[in-house]
Amino acid sequence: MAEHAAVIGIGQTDFDAKRVDVSQVGLIREAAERALADAELDWKDIDAVVIGKAPDMFEGVMMPELFLAEALGGVGKPMLRVHTAGSVGGSTAIVAASLVQSGVHERVLTVAYEKQSESNAMWALSIKMPFTPTMVAGAGGFFAPLIRGYMERSGAPEDTGIRVALKDRLNALKNPVAHLKLPDVTFEMIQNSPMLWDPIRYLETCPSSDGACALVIGNEKHGRAASRPAAWIHATNMKTEPTMFAGRDQVMPKAGLECSEELYKKAGITDPRKEIDCAEIYVPFSWFEPMWMENLHFAPINEGWKMTYEGATALDGDLPVNMSGGVLSTNAIGASGMVRFAEAAMQVRGQAGDHQIDGARKALGHAYGGGSQYFSMWIVADQPMQ
Amino acid sequence: MSEEREPVTRIVTPVRVAYTYTPGIASERFLRGCKEGKLLGGICDACGRVYIPSRGACPRCAAPTSKFQELSDQGTIITFCIVRVPAENIAVDLPYCTASILLDGADISFTGLIQGCPFEDVRIGMRVQAIWKPESEWDYSVGNIEHFHPLDEPDIPFKDLKGYS
Amino acid sequence: MRDVAVIAYAQTPYVRTERVRNEVEMLMPIIDEVVKKAGIPRQEIGFTCSGSTDYLAGQSFSFVMAVDAVGAWPPIMESHVEMDGAWALYEAWIKIQCGEVDSALIFSFGRSSMGETAETMTLQTDPYTMAPLGPDAISMAALQARCGLDAGLFSERDMAEVAARNRRNALTNPEAQLAGEFDVEALLAAPYRVSPLRDHDCPPVTDGAAAMVIAAADVARDVSDKPVWIRGIDHRLDSHQLGSRDLTKSPSTRLAGERAGVSPGKIDIAELHAPFSHQEIILKNALGLDDDVRINPSGGALAANPIMSAGLARIGEASRQISGGAASRAVAHATSGPCLQQNLVCVLEG
Repeated sequence: MAEHAAVIGIGQTDFDAKRVDVSQVGLIREAAERALADAELDWKDIDAVVIGKAPDMFEGVMMPELFLAEALGGVGKPMLRVHTAGSVGGSTAIVAASLVQSGVHERVLTVAYEKQSESNAMWALSIKMPFTPTMVAGAGGFFAPLIRGYMERSGAPEDTGIRVALKDRLNALKNPVAHLKLPDVTFEMIQNSPMLWDPIRYLETCPSSDGACALVIGNEKHGRAASRPAAWIHATNMKTEPTMFAGRDQVMPKAGLECSEELYKKAGITDPRKEIDCAEIYVPFSWFEPMWMENLHFAPINEGWKMTYEGATALDGDLPVNMSGGVLSTNAIGASGMVRFAEAAMQVRGQAGDHQIDGARKALGHAYGGGSQYFSMWIVADQPMQ
Repeated sequence: MSEEREPVTRIVTPVRVAYTYTPGIASERFLRGCKEGKLLGGICDACGRVYIPSRGACPRCAAPTSKFQELSDQGTIITFCIVRVPAENIAVDLPYCTASILLDGADISFTGLIQGCPFEDVRIGMRVQAIWKPESEWDYSVGNIEHFHPLDEPDIPFKDLKGYS
Repeated sequence: MRDVAVIAYAQTPYVRTERVRNEVEMLMPIIDEVVKKAGIPRQEIGFTCSGSTDYLAGQSFSFVMAVDAVGAWPPIMESHVEMDGAWALYEAWIKIQCGEVDSALIFSFGRSSMGETAETMTLQTDPYTMAPLGPDAISMAALQARCGLDAGLFSERDMAEVAARNRRNALTNPEAQLAGEFDVEALLAAPYRVSPLRDHDCPPVTDGAAAMVIAAADVARDVSDKPVWIRGIDHRLDSHQLGSRDLTKSPSTRLAGERAGVSPGKIDIAELHAPFSHQEIILKNALGLDDDVRINPSGGALAANPIMSAGLARIGEASRQISGGAASRAVAHATSGPCLQQNLVCVLEG
């Protein structure tokens, strides 16, 4: 990289099913103002703005960044809008980081959001195409068969997914901005929740949230000068493979395997399980935790479920996963990837409050999207990379 | 003027945009096959793998699928899901079972409904057969297949299905 | 900064309606063409970035299918902007500046014929205060033209002359959609479409796609006889609210032009993304281009306006002029949003 880059400000909105108290403008402002306050910066200090969100039809506005950018102080500045399906929040942060790493800008504001309550997301995802009757019922209908495929090949115990959901729902209780909080949640409550897309139960799925996440990313000079600790970006990576092709392993996609392998190499990591202190990853359905543990090379193939089962991914485990409560507790789709990246940064900055992992110095943020085909990841740490 | 007003929390702006859809060369070929009760797989010009339906390209090779071959309407369940939640765009009574089915001769799976046996009996590796609507109802649509029905044949072992997930 | 060059460009023929092929089938041949022209094996191209919008396709995640046309196997490092391909080029240029990759494939696509483009563009406006009023793309451009006419910055005759020149230039561009000799008097005798705009002041509805390969200097010199160097690239934004802007000016174009280094130095040609005739005049002023600069030798967006590709096409067409020897220094420009809201300027040299 031409320049080091670091996260010097983080802001998240409060997440809820319907944020009727704010417009889309108000929503992104809330996140951006919190990020600027955290960075102790003003709008004029920002050189460029990068906005990310999932499909425009979720809000019913074509290229909404055009009307939103002014509220982020974007007039007279460069503004980019990223969209890489569900991984977009992560990719957006990576694009913002690259504007700094390239040496083109010194401080960049990036915001990712979704305000699904302003339109009908289920409609946006299931527009009737002529000639082709749809039988895949939303994201759950797409991912449930992949989960069944994973269960078949790994032989994982059937309650693995319930254990993941219980862990993430308990973690969410420690996160003040999390959307879905179930204070009385128990294993039995999740187990007895209705099957939606068998084998996925209701409480093993994510909610639909309104919310936004913002980051201020600065170069080395600003990272070192920041009054709060910076989260230094050691490596980023993005990988894509096509949705459907002959011989595609949709359960354990190569794009994810290669993305993480290259990421660790860039970050100088040889033993990820040992060297990474915690990971915030994109788990929209509980079973994706064990699947991604394997895809991210934290566990051997077909053994990711053991990490869940043995408690390795719990807050007091050897590799805590989804300390924030994860996507299972909060899912403003376009923002979800950036929330993962932000949580990783909060951990190494020591600002994660009740869900802080003691002594976290190196963390992974992960997002994926499309039919398990778009991946974006970063490694952040409490010190610049040597 | 001092009275407190309720905040405006919602305005409704109906939006209507109409589109003319063009399926493309390969999809059109496939749909014309459907109309005749045939399942046409597109063969990759570069690697020879068979796609059903072909969306125009073999994504591995970024090559067109210029040639087509008729495939069997029998296949093997690669994986499946039992749907118990309604979706606006699906007119099938709940609950129902959808499966990824690898048709004999194809290199990629195809989505279909499974009927004709209890859900508990549906399994990966199970052999199934397409049940078509009456010929008089055939249209340019995969909807000509009403569902897939179990075949009285031994299952295909899971290990032999590798590479088709 | 690393020196980066355009080493290959290709576009589909631009047509009113692509009735036969879908987006993947449109993209496959031109991606194949640029990759072959670039002379870099597909697997060795470091980064891929595309630009498109779901609202043209009427389908969420429409860019996902386009990956089928790239050959993303083994998996590739890839990104997508919901913007014109010119901004995909910008993201790719940044990636090369980071030193992470040495080459990139950029592509963009759109089939405006599928929907009702002018009305669809209404959905691009502020959903709370503007979209409910239903301003379509042509009406908003007409407001801008009216401002310019009333301010005395140009006349309807000037606008007709812009249209006639662009479509005459398009006669030499085999991929252009609307080309021909038009008599300015005859154009001015036509009725208004949306006053003060006549048909000739408006862009055609176009289906099309474009693809480009760029590379850092060491790679570019290795594989290309005539790399076209990107000497500067910058993009800026104006307010979205038409009422808070002076629509007769384009401050974001002026700023981007300054940052990209349009001056000093002689400019031979300019490819300006001006979908409406009067916008070419506003852009020319904003960039401070002299009267001897040849504008839009390709015919510009008045000859073919493939939305989401029309900006990338300006950079591609300008690079062709340079690699073909017709120019040694060129300015290319891309725009997005109502009334030239967002603008990118790229300075190219042989």
